[in-house]
Amino acid sequence: MATMSLPAEQRPRKIQPLTVRITHWVNAIAMFIMIGSGWRIFNDSPLFPFIFHPDITLGGDVYLSQQLWQDSGMGGALQWHFAGMWLLVLNGLVYFGYNIATGRFAMKLLPVTVKGLIGDIRDALSLKLSHDNLNVYNNVQRLLYIGVLALGVLVVLSGLAIWKPVQLWWLTDLFYGFQGARWVHFLCMSGFVLFLVVHVVLAIIVPRTILTMITGNAPPAHDDKQKE
Amino acid sequence: MRSPTPSLHRPAESIDQTVLHENRKLVQSIGRRGFLRGAVSLGALTMLTGCDVTNKGGVQSVLRAMSAWNDRVQAFLFSPTRLAREYPASKVVRPPRWNAFYGREMVKDIDPSTWKLELAGLIGDKRPWALREIHALPEVTQRTRHVCVEGWDYIGEWTGVPLKLFLERIGADLTAKYVGFKCIDGYSGSIDMASALHAQTQLTTKYGGEVLHKDFGFPIRLRVATKLGFKSPKQIVAMEVTNTYPGGYWENRRYNWFSGI
Repeated sequence: MATMSLPAEQRPRKIQPLTVRITHWVNAIAMFIMIGSGWRIFNDSPLFPFIFHPDITLGGDVYLSQQLWQDSGMGGALQWHFAGMWLLVLNGLVYFGYNIATGRFAMKLLPVTVKGLIGDIRDALSLKLSHDNLNVYNNVQRLLYIGVLALGVLVVLSGLAIWKPVQLWWLTDLFYGFQGARWVHFLCMSGFVLFLVVHVVLAIIVPRTILTMITGNAPPAHDDKQKE
Repeated sequence: MRSPTPSLHRPAESIDQTVLHENRKLVQSIGRRGFLRGAVSLGALTMLTGCDVTNKGGVQSVLRAMSAWNDRVQAFLFSPTRLAREYPASKVVRPPRWNAFYGREMVKDIDPSTWKLELAGLIGDKRPWALREIHALPEVTQRTRHVCVEGWDYIGEWTGVPLKLFLERIGADLTAKYVGFKCIDGYSGSIDMASALHAQTQLTTKYGGEVLHKDFGFPIRLRVATKLGFKSPKQIVAMEVTNTYPGGYWENRRYNWFSGI
């Protein structure tokens, strides 16, 4: 309560609301489950001429599964995938519902302009990009977040199309059929993995963003400046 | 009881019974049946998880509960009247893609003259059926998409007697929960009654207009257009109508039971 007596501009800023922080980390767990088990399901009938090494997939011990049941470990992967999907979707609904209801999406992610994008990319390449205010996303960040949110919607829709091609035939038709839906589902996953690599690398480069996603507060930027 | 004889190997005083008295209630509650049931379940759980129960059993029971929940959701999503899309004859793949839990050279030969379909459970007339009797029943043909749990699919043409018609003919209890199947190769499977009564669920005798090849289920196989491929057992030798969950080959290996599409 002591902070309340400080002038408004000096109070710690809650820039990541509790709902956003919780759904962010639950989503991280759900993504881990879905991608890991999805890779093993992929291995049973690969769309492309490669498979994911069983040791980096999820769904129990592959080798034991082969010895016991002559099963590729698919059974465990299916269990994880069909359980994880509820975590992903319910958590996603809370996240989207909150951000739409509070207008946070519009506030944080819009506008994205071509001019702004060019400027931000130039700043980033010349290492002049400002991290002073974590509350404001630059144009590149906005575009990436909009993109990954769209992928989130698409991965669920294509997943439903694969799960229920008869009951939800109209959805499967939207993806150009069952195999089309598999392609889209796979490409969404690839998009997530690419995003994840960039997302994690950038978070490590500016570590206080990780702290912000845990405590919700942005440590004053000038502290960073002094350290640098 | 014999009076204790003095011995160097026996304690001079009798064993302290206080622990037993304190826990009398607990000890009395240990029933032989309950204990055996518990032990067997625990043993079965170890087999199912394929790993140490102490660290993975909790996770596995959550996953199994989620799978059971998904069965219920899928039963809700299933429409008894919605038909799987039918395709033109030109799209039919011949021969279809083969799949089983063993090598193709191990597929068993069945003598159609001695083969019988055994019936069990909640069925009025449990007389076994010969192949020619099944052939005499009205047949329907469907050209639908077969979807494998692995991710591949093809369009096939299956001809056979609608399972609904057969169930009615044998006086099966159509309010029962499950229809189970056993196959000559040890494979087994079971489906919900709603799916069993669906118009595109049939006891198949022909593929692409020709008598089923043994690799694809001769003399009869199940064809369920609204479920994944592994829910349609081949080379069936017995059918059961029951309210007791029958499981199945892959279902017992953690695959989702309902597996509707």
